[in-house]
Amino acid sequence: MAGPRHISVSEASRPVLPRHAKLKYDETRKVWVILAPERVLAPDEIAVEVLQLCNGERNVGDVADQLAAKYAAPREAILADVIVMLQDLADKGFLTEAREKTL
Amino acid sequence: MSDVLGNIPPGMSDSLAVLEKQRSTAETFGIPLAVLLEITHRCPLQCPYCSNPVELDRSGKELTTDEWKKVLSELAEIGVLQVHFSGGEPTARKDLVELVKHASDAGLYTNLITSAVLLTREKLSDLADAGLCHVQISFQGVEEGLADRVAGYKNAHRKKLEVAKWTRELDLPLTVNAVMHRQNLHHLPDIIQMALDLDADRLEVANVQYYGWALKNRAALMPTVAQLDECTRLVEEAREQLKGRLTIDYVVPDYYALRPKKCMGGWGRQFFNISPAGKVLPCHAAESITGLDFESVRSNHSIAWIWQNSEAFNRYRGTGWMKEPCKSCEFREIDFGGCRCQAFALTGDAANTDPACALSPLHETIFKQAEREAEGETNRFLYRNFAGGTLEPENDA
Repeated sequence: MAGPRHISVSEASRPVLPRHAKLKYDETRKVWVILAPERVLAPDEIAVEVLQLCNGERNVGDVADQLAAKYAAPREAILADVIVMLQDLADKGFLTEAREKTL
Repeated sequence: MSDVLGNIPPGMSDSLAVLEKQRSTAETFGIPLAVLLEITHRCPLQCPYCSNPVELDRSGKELTTDEWKKVLSELAEIGVLQVHFSGGEPTARKDLVELVKHASDAGLYTNLITSAVLLTREKLSDLADAGLCHVQISFQGVEEGLADRVAGYKNAHRKKLEVAKWTRELDLPLTVNAVMHRQNLHHLPDIIQMALDLDADRLEVANVQYYGWALKNRAALMPTVAQLDECTRLVEEAREQLKGRLTIDYVVPDYYALRPKKCMGGWGRQFFNISPAGKVLPCHAAESITGLDFESVRSNHSIAWIWQNSEAFNRYRGTGWMKEPCKSCEFREIDFGGCRCQAFALTGDAANTDPACALSPLHETIFKQAEREAEGETNRFLYRNFAGGTLEPENDA
């Protein structure tokens, strides 16, 4: 089964897009999209970058580390922004947390 | 972030913007992001509110496997991102797994909209292996007797619960689609609980829309204003409580609204569907409007050409076709005069203002009529079938 439904995003969580949400580059419209049931979402550049790093293995802290290094920006500010963005996605049901299969 | 296809949920974040806002489909008639494929009109259920036209396509007219595959490839090529396999009952087609596989290979996000009663666990597993991304199961209620009576099919409800369970066991995301009307609205709290118990990701609380079969059954289905207010209150409460656990989409019947709905996001603006026989339609009820000629994927035209250029799509696009009170109305580009099919069904002219709008000269009459019908003189259904409908035996209602 999938991970717990309502996740609270913290520095330690290892978020990943659930099976029903697919991040894809739309060649026709030249934009990144998240495909979900009855919805097409258009993440901005930063959101795309964050989501590409969220593979279920990296935790949110690792993601912030990478972005801070890449943009030479303060890690704490980036971490806060990333958590807000991911929590928002989680609240809408488009984010899950990787965990061991329990079947 | 927001959705382009349904209701826009409140409080969407800024970091993810609506695709439609970035690229106005209104100006360019860009290819829709999602397309509804009604691959057959055959269905074992007989729901009296079926969204299919009263004139159903018989199986002999259905597109072949190869024709549907060609359609799927073409859709992916022109920029469609999602396809919904619907019907009728899509699993009534023996080639569904093959079609889902073809769609997935073409890069399309695939959604199955099903009544579930024909599915086996093996078939569902094959669909998952073929790349199916999401399953939506319709429910007629939560109480077996009533649910099976609405479906006109014995043990339908029990079977649906079983298939919903398999869906989650196979780790497929699940939407529970609950169609609501006067005879089951009092079960809404239990339906929300059922969606949670089934571990659904999403619940659609879809009040019946009164076209086609549902219009024929309006007197047996129309809710009272009080029922609807309570329904809205319950949905809002549940949305707040279940944030992040269960997404709830909510569709209200427009009879009791003051402003009409922006039906299909506006005619020919962001949606089309393909009928079992291959007609490309601006809405699944569009064939109910007589005098419009719909092009088929079997014609010499490409789907993109039909979308952009065909007479039927252009007839009610934009605002040029409007009459008063739409023509000079400040809301004309907000709701595009409501629903063309409803305008046709209730006024005889699809270019009239949808009577759901308070500015329509017919609004008051229709509202009063709906109110009277909601008082419940009859609960008898006219069941949907290829024979034009069968009236429910009086003793069963």
